[in-house]
Amino acid sequence: MLEGQVRIPSGCAISGIFSKAGRPINGERIVRSIALMHDRSNGLGGGFAGYGIYPEYKNDYAFHLFYEDATAKKDCEAFLERHFDIVNLSKIPTRQVAGIVDAPLIWRYFVTPLPHKLADSQLNEREYVAKCVIRINSEMQGAYVFSSGKNMGVFKAVGYPEEVGEFYRLEEYEGYCWTAHGRYPTNTPGWWGGAHPFALLDLSVVHNGEISSYDTNRRFVEMFGYKCNLLTDTEVIAYLFDYLTRKQGLRIEEAANVVAAPFWSTIERLAPKERERLSYLRTAFSSALITGPFSILVGFEGGLMALNDRLKLRSMVAAEKGDCFYVASEESAIRTIEPELDRVWAPRGGEAVVVRLETQKEEAVCRG
Amino acid sequence: MPRLNDYPAYQVLRDPAKCTNCRACEVQCANGVHRFSEKTGAMVADEDKCVNCHRCVAFCPTRALRIERNEPAFRSNANWSSDQILNIYRQADTGGVLLSSMGNPGGGKVYFDHILLNASQVTNPSIDPLREPMETRTHLGKKPNRIERDENGDIRPNLTPGLTLSTPILFSAMSYGSISLNAHKALAEAAQALGTYYNTGEGGLHKDFYEYGEHTIVQVASGRFGVHKGYLNAGAAIEIKMGQGAKPGIGGHLPGSKIVGDVSRTRMIPEGSDAISPAPHHDIYSIEDLRQLIDSLKSATGGKKPILVKIAAVHNIAAIASGIARSGADIITIDGYRGGTGAAPTCIRDNVGIPIELALAAVDTRLREEGIRGEVSLIASGSIRSSADVVKAIALGADAVSIGTAALLALGCHLCRSCQTGNCNWGIATQRPELTKRLDPAAGAQRLIHLITAWTHEIKEMMGGMGINSIEALCGNRLMLRGLGLNETELSVLGIKHAGQ
Repeated sequence: MLEGQVRIPSGCAISGIFSKAGRPINGERIVRSIALMHDRSNGLGGGFAGYGIYPEYKNDYAFHLFYEDATAKKDCEAFLERHFDIVNLSKIPTRQVAGIVDAPLIWRYFVTPLPHKLADSQLNEREYVAKCVIRINSEMQGAYVFSSGKNMGVFKAVGYPEEVGEFYRLEEYEGYCWTAHGRYPTNTPGWWGGAHPFALLDLSVVHNGEISSYDTNRRFVEMFGYKCNLLTDTEVIAYLFDYLTRKQGLRIEEAANVVAAPFWSTIERLAPKERERLSYLRTAFSSALITGPFSILVGFEGGLMALNDRLKLRSMVAAEKGDCFYVASEESAIRTIEPELDRVWAPRGGEAVVVRLETQKEEAVCRG
Repeated sequence: MPRLNDYPAYQVLRDPAKCTNCRACEVQCANGVHRFSEKTGAMVADEDKCVNCHRCVAFCPTRALRIERNEPAFRSNANWSSDQILNIYRQADTGGVLLSSMGNPGGGKVYFDHILLNASQVTNPSIDPLREPMETRTHLGKKPNRIERDENGDIRPNLTPGLTLSTPILFSAMSYGSISLNAHKALAEAAQALGTYYNTGEGGLHKDFYEYGEHTIVQVASGRFGVHKGYLNAGAAIEIKMGQGAKPGIGGHLPGSKIVGDVSRTRMIPEGSDAISPAPHHDIYSIEDLRQLIDSLKSATGGKKPILVKIAAVHNIAAIASGIARSGADIITIDGYRGGTGAAPTCIRDNVGIPIELALAAVDTRLREEGIRGEVSLIASGSIRSSADVVKAIALGADAVSIGTAALLALGCHLCRSCQTGNCNWGIATQRPELTKRLDPAAGAQRLIHLITAWTHEIKEMMGGMGINSIEALCGNRLMLRGLGLNETELSVLGIKHAGQ
């Protein structure tokens, strides 16, 4: 059974690093962090997302693609050429690693939408790009876009995460934010697309847990043009956040209030204004509530959010050192790369921890 | 010509060793079955009159009574059942339309009984409702399409009026007239105590019950009985009744014998006149007319009340519901073919319409395909028999369910299916004062509160087992369901996999 044909629950490890000052962090650090939690994965999936890694192409969408074969590549490239100006294309550099087998063809494209195509579509640019990505992923046999944001990239494979990091030569990348994932699926995924992170545009999600609200959430987001092809929790969570933030215009903290809404008994104890706000969000987006255990890291342009389910059924520890924010399934995964920390804490269930680049904070305030 | 249908349907079995001739059975039976024979010095029974309501059995202090089905020993015939033969005799005798009450009792497939629920094992934890919060609070109404913000960037609450339920179970529409004032009072008190809603049905709202308005849904049906501005504004919501699962496509007929006293006043029609609800609303011959009625009702209530539209589950239900969702309705009630009634032609009740499970799944799927599921909430009814049915209906796509028969059973109904006679010994489907007084509204309300409380506990247990701690994460969560013994088409309409898949 391939990924997408059957629903595969997974246990997992997650880790994230974020420099609020926007300092470049070498990819090797996140690999070391996730590697410590080796036992939380079972060699059937690992991956990373790096933000700020393509400064030279920061205005182009960086598409990372898996191809099953040359035919899929040819068809997909024809599609890309019809819809985008391809600024640059290349194989994603990899090295041979013993644990990584059955690699698909892995290509990277820096693209911008063709202006006349974009105008004809009557969509805004991001919606145009998202629609193209969803179309390739749901309709083109053997082609899969697993990363599609600006100045960010996802790297993932079937294997242990430290092997995946080595395979993709992550020590050659630097970015202000990294997230990582080690997967423990209960079935053998045949297709690399099922590994985390799952990303659409610049939004990426790594996730530990198995959500019990999956089909409610899936059937909700599929009303808005998304297609959950992989049948994984992470995919539907990424689409929920994309829908809530990009399409509905909710702030990431508000989106967290939707997916990990406080209990009604909590909401009722709050001051009137906050009570009204949270009641509204819960009622208006009730089908986007996520139940069951999860700890997730949501990466987005200039920021990172860590969030637990409302009962905190999955471990997650956060820490700070200087301008750096750390978060991981286990504290040891943070200590191994930063032994001396200014602050360590366990965020409460449903409490979103959001960090942003210092340069972007002012902007966020201005935008209101 | 002898009476060809002269077979009493039931035998009244009396144990003479236990019977003390206390005559309690005689007092309790409004049908006049029991009588003391001076000649024999013992109780005798006129079995022709027995409807098997079990009132006498329940009141016999020595447990001397038992009622048994009296199966006529016609020559066996797999095609002609004894019921069918007797129906023909009855119609040949009278030339009349056969009437029935309550839901279709036939043996057709009950899809709920072919659906199984999921539970967590190993990969995610089940949640113990005794230790963790488990939420059943339900909101019914439209979802906003877009969020709006004020000048400070704060979200402006743009929800239109809706209904909030502490648990996803309402009481179905049953009119004052078809059931007694005491039955209505029990429903109203229970709805208030439980934080849910009861429904007036089409008979208007008795003046004493305006105080329960916050927990009342007032109905507007084709007969428009008891409808005036005060009535429309008295409830928390207004339901337009377009159809009923037990009798799709036809109206209603409450005989003049039940239009007495307050029933007549509440319905705003003369005493003794038959209350006839036309089959269609004569101002609604098409979907655009429905929109006008919805708009009119919203105008009459200052836009403050959500509007429900109740429809019977018929073949083209998905398209009909889609049309209603685009017509300004806030909530659609879908009533399945097993739904109950105070009286309906038997041929209609037993043959028209489709099962609620299939109708509900088809509607939920269609509304999602069209991207308009947020325009309306869905209430499923007809028939919901247990907390498991509630959970299955919600996982198929209902936001809430409503119960009629189950509520009446809680009040003492024994499903003898003789409501149309007006002689309900349990004081429910009758207007005879000596019978209605048998139902104590306070005790009845307590029984209803017990029932819904028990179901809610069970719903929480089932949710917890699935690892779901809020009812909205169950709504439409069809992956939590599996079919058992269903064919490909049935599974495809229900949108679920077969067990083992």
